[in-house]
Amino acid sequence: MLEKNPVIFIILAFVVIMVGTTVTMIAPFKWINGPGDRIAEVKPYTPLQQEGRDIYMREGCNNCHSQTVRTLAADVERYGYGGGYSRSGEFVYDRPHLWGSRRTGPDLAHIGLKYPDPKGMWHHKHMENPQSVVPASNMPAYAFLNAPLDTSYSERKMKLLKFPYTQADLDELKGKSEMDAIIAYMRKLGTDLPVSKASNGPKLQDVLNNPYNDLNTVKAEALSIYAKDCASCHGVKREGTLGPSLKGSARSDADLFAIIANGIEANGMPAFSGMLDERKIWKLVTLIKLGKQDD
Amino acid sequence: MHAPTRYYDDSVKGFIIWSIVWGTVAVLVGILISLQLAWPQLNVAPYLTYGRLRPIHTNAGIFGWGIGSFIALFFYITQRLTRSPLWSPGLARVTLWLFNIGIASAAVTLAMGFNRTKEYAELEWPLAIVVAIIWVLFSINVFMTILRRKEEQMYISLWYIMATLVGVTVLYVINNLGVPLHLFKSYSAFAGTNDANVQWWYGHNAVAMVLTTPPLAIFYYFLPKVTGNPIFSHRMGIVAFWSLIFMYLWTGAHHLLWTPVPDWIQTLAMAFSIMLIAPSWGAVFNGYLTMNGQWEQLKTNYLVKFLICGITFYGLQTLQGPMQAVRTFSAFIHYTDWVPGHVHMGALGWVSMVLFAAIYYAVSKMNDSEIYSTRLADIHFWLVLVGQLIYSVTMWIAGVQQASMLLATNPDGSLHYSFMETMIAIFPYYKMRAVSGFIYLAGLLVFIYNIYKTFQKGVVTQAAKP
Repeated sequence: MLEKNPVIFIILAFVVIMVGTTVTMIAPFKWINGPGDRIAEVKPYTPLQQEGRDIYMREGCNNCHSQTVRTLAADVERYGYGGGYSRSGEFVYDRPHLWGSRRTGPDLAHIGLKYPDPKGMWHHKHMENPQSVVPASNMPAYAFLNAPLDTSYSERKMKLLKFPYTQADLDELKGKSEMDAIIAYMRKLGTDLPVSKASNGPKLQDVLNNPYNDLNTVKAEALSIYAKDCASCHGVKREGTLGPSLKGSARSDADLFAIIANGIEANGMPAFSGMLDERKIWKLVTLIKLGKQDD
Repeated sequence: MHAPTRYYDDSVKGFIIWSIVWGTVAVLVGILISLQLAWPQLNVAPYLTYGRLRPIHTNAGIFGWGIGSFIALFFYITQRLTRSPLWSPGLARVTLWLFNIGIASAAVTLAMGFNRTKEYAELEWPLAIVVAIIWVLFSINVFMTILRRKEEQMYISLWYIMATLVGVTVLYVINNLGVPLHLFKSYSAFAGTNDANVQWWYGHNAVAMVLTTPPLAIFYYFLPKVTGNPIFSHRMGIVAFWSLIFMYLWTGAHHLLWTPVPDWIQTLAMAFSIMLIAPSWGAVFNGYLTMNGQWEQLKTNYLVKFLICGITFYGLQTLQGPMQAVRTFSAFIHYTDWVPGHVHMGALGWVSMVLFAAIYYAVSKMNDSEIYSTRLADIHFWLVLVGQLIYSVTMWIAGVQQASMLLATNPDGSLHYSFMETMIAIFPYYKMRAVSGFIYLAGLLVFIYNIYKTFQKGVVTQAAKP
C-alpha cells in the first residue's frame, strides 16, 4: 500500500520529520527569550551600533569570529574578559544571531570589555592593518571601511527592529565612517553586562607592595603575559606603538600596578584587573621596572 | 511486453554540465580562500575578501554542484524507475535556466556583501524566493512523473527522492523567514538563541536532506546497475530509511553544545546523533553486502571503486559525526579546523565520489556508448582521493593541535598559550591544505576532460547511425 501510493507516502514522510522538528525547534520558542532569560542591563543597539552590526554581517566577519563564550573554564578565561560565559539574555536583540561556527580568529562576544577605549584606537589600527598590531595575524585588512557611512535606512532599521532611539542617536550618525560604526558595534559587545571588577580582581589596598624584587625569578612568565596582553599596543619589544614605551618607568611600583589594574580610560589603556590576578600584574610591573633594554 | 519508453534526457545532460561548471567554481574559490588563510595579503578588498568568498565557496558547492547534479540524476533515475517520460520537459528547461540565473546571481550578490550570515542560507530574500521557486518546479516535475508512473512498485531510491523534496522545502522556507528592509537587506524573523536553534535545525538537516538522502537515492540506484547485483536487502533499506528521516531532525543542537541553548535540547541532540549511527550504517552494510561474492569488481570495474569508496567515507563520516556530537569531544574540537576536515570528507569523499560514478554511468548510457577512457577515470579517482585525504587528515591534525593548545593551562589555572601562538602553530597545515586543493582540482579537470570526450564520442556515434 505504502509502496504504491506516493501521496500517502509524502504525507507520512512529512509527519515523521515534523516530530523532531516540533520537539526541538518549535516547542523551545515557549521558553527561549522569555522573561527568565532577560538581563535587565542588556540594551538594544543604537542606530550607529546597528549600522556597525550590518557592516559586520556584510563583510562576513562571522565566518572567522564566533560570538558565544561557552560554559567551559578555558572559554571563560580566554574570551569572557570578566563577563563570564554567554547567557541567552545577551542576544535577545540579535536578528540574526552571529554565533558563528569556526574560530579562525578569537571569539568576540565580550570584545567590548577587552578594549574599553572610547576612541577605539586599537580597533582602528587593527582593522586598517591587522599585521601592524598582531604581526602573524592572517586577518584581511579592512582599511576600505574608512568610507562615509550610508545612513539612509538607519531610522527605518530602528523602527523595523522596534528599538528605541532619540534624535540625538540619529544625530550621532552624522559624519561617521563605516569604520566608526563597526567599532561602535564591537565596543558594545559584552559591555552591558553587570561586570563586577572588584569581586574577581585584586583589591588595591591589599597589595601595595611588590612581592618580586628579582626579575630573573619572574622573567619568563612576565614576558609571556606581556606578549599576550600588552605587546599589541606597547610593541613587541616594549618600544611603544599605540601606547607609550615600557622600557623602564619613573613611576612607583604601586602607580604602575594601579594603571594596569584599573586602566586609564581617557587614553585607551584597558583595565586588566578582570583578566590578570595580582601576582601577574606585579610580575609585569617588575618587568617594566627592572627589564633590560634588550629583554 | 511494453514498448520501450522514450526518456527525456536533454535536461539531465544540461544539469550535469552546469553542475560540473559550478562545482569547478566551488573548488577554485576553495583553493583561493585556503591560500588567503595562509597568506592574508591575497585578500582583495572589498569583493574578494575571505569573509565574502567563503559563502560563495559553500553555496557553489552545495547548491551549484550538489543540488545541480541531484536534479539531473533525480530526473534520470525517476524516469527509469517509473518507466515513464518526464512529466514536463518544458518545465525542466525553465528550471535549468532559473537554476543558472539563481546560482550566478548568488555568487555576484554574495561578493557584493548581500549576506544574511545564516550558514548555507546566506542569500538575501529575493534570491531565497528564486531558490524556493526552482525547488518547487523541480519537485512538481519529479512528483508528477512518479504519480503517472507505469511501474507500480516504488524502489527505495524513489523513497529517498520524495523525502528530499518534502524535507528541503520545509527546512529552507522556515529558516529563511524574515522581514525585508529593502531589496537587498532583511532581518531574521527570529532573535538570538531562538535564531541559533532554528538555524542549526536547518543547517544540520540540510546535511540530512541535501547531502545524505539524495546521494543515498543515487547510490541505491546505481550500485545494482553498475555491478549487476540486486541490492542486498530492500527491507533493511526501508527500516533504515524511516529511522534516518525520523532521527535526523532531533540533532541540530549538537552544533550548539555548551552555548545558551537549553541543556535538554543539547542532550536530546547528542542522544539522537549517536542513535543515527544505526540507520546510517544500515545503508553502508546494504552496500557492502550487495558486493558479496563480487568483490573482484573493485579491481575490474572503475565505477565500483567510486561507489564503494564513497559509501565507506559515508560510514566513516557517520561515525565521526556522532563522536563530535558528544559534549566532551565537542568541547575539544568545536570551532577548530577539525570540523572543516570532517565536512570535506563528506563533501569530497562521500557525496562527490558517488556523483562521479553516477555521472560517468548516466552520461555513457545517454550517449549509447562507453566512457571515453577508463584509464583517465582511474587517474581521476586517485587524484581526488589523495587530494581529499590530505585535506581531511591535515585539518584533523591542525584541529587537535590547536584545541590542545587553546585548552592548555598553567598550574594556577591561567591559560598557557596566547591565541596567536595557537594560530602560528597551524599555519604549516594551512599550506598543506592548499596543496591538497590543487591535487583535487587536477583530478576534477581529468574528470571534465573525460566527460567532454564521452559527449563528443556520443555525437559521433549518433551521427553514424543510419
